[in-house]
Amino acid sequence: MINGLFWLLGCQVLGEIGVRLLHLSIPGPVLGMAILFALLSWRRPRASASVFRASDGLIKHLQLLFIPAGVGIVTMFGQIGHAPLPLLGGLLVSWIAGLTVVGWLASWVLRLTERTSR
Amino acid sequence: MFLTIAGYRLGLEVQKRARGHALAQPVLVAVVAIALAMWALDVDYAHYLNGASVIGFFLGPATVALAVPLHRQAHHLGRMLIPMLIALPCGALVSIGTGVLIVRALGGSHALQLSMAPKAATTPVSIAVSQTIGGLPPLTAVLTIIAGILGAVAAPAVLDLARVRDRRARGLAIGAVSHGIGTSRALREHSTEGAFSGLSMGLTALVISVLTPIVLMIL
Repeated sequence: MINGLFWLLGCQVLGEIGVRLLHLSIPGPVLGMAILFALLSWRRPRASASVFRASDGLIKHLQLLFIPAGVGIVTMFGQIGHAPLPLLGGLLVSWIAGLTVVGWLASWVLRLTERTSR
Repeated sequence: MFLTIAGYRLGLEVQKRARGHALAQPVLVAVVAIALAMWALDVDYAHYLNGASVIGFFLGPATVALAVPLHRQAHHLGRMLIPMLIALPCGALVSIGTGVLIVRALGGSHALQLSMAPKAATTPVSIAVSQTIGGLPPLTAVLTIIAGILGAVAAPAVLDLARVRDRRARGLAIGAVSHGIGTSRALREHSTEGAFSGLSMGLTALVISVLTPIVLMIL
């Protein structure tokens, strides 16, 4: 568990350093995720490795980590109360648009590539 | 800290009792319970956050950990590469763009537009992106969670209406807009759908964090 956390935090630190050195506008942990993915593809650790145990543990309870931010919304009721229409409208429309665009594009490209490979 | 864990336990319990009903999300239940407890005990948010900051610390490593499910799906990457390279960035562009533009058209402030932009990414990423671009991270967190719940409740029906029948395409679409919460519903629909939803959620997190600042510069 500690060893696994060491790898996760190590990748996060590398990510933070990389983001600052390269002046990227992505969050450090996201670059850390890309670094860990590259490491995993390269080293191919066995399924019982501590990185996997630590990661599975964290991901299983991922939702717990959002709760403090969620509680924060209580302090922001003012802002939402002023603008429920833009927020709800934007959320609904962009959610439906994103879902259908990905669904259509993916099935269209899948049909194309599978027809040409046959 | 104790309040947060207790609220989460309560949320998990409610979810089990409700047999995984889409609306019985542990996060929602916990947030409501904690807010009520804070009101009853007269604790303010700054005070609460002081105790709960330990939990926020783990958002970083948890984001890094998302590389693991991505790694487990890596054998799918080859054949699905082209469909994903086309569909996911387009989907991200559409969901960032329409989100910002509609909030603007309906009269939302600049901060609200920025908070809406990254909401299709999984929560730790959307919070981090919101922070980077100057949105309101707590608001982004809530919008993200609601987008996830929308996916768990309505995504299969919307995809039926849109006549998307390929399991792989359906999975990609759900993961691209409703991250982990949507993925849990996709898994219950079909295992292929769930696997692709998880894959899509990991890649979308990457794509959203790269594209959001660029799209905002253009809009």
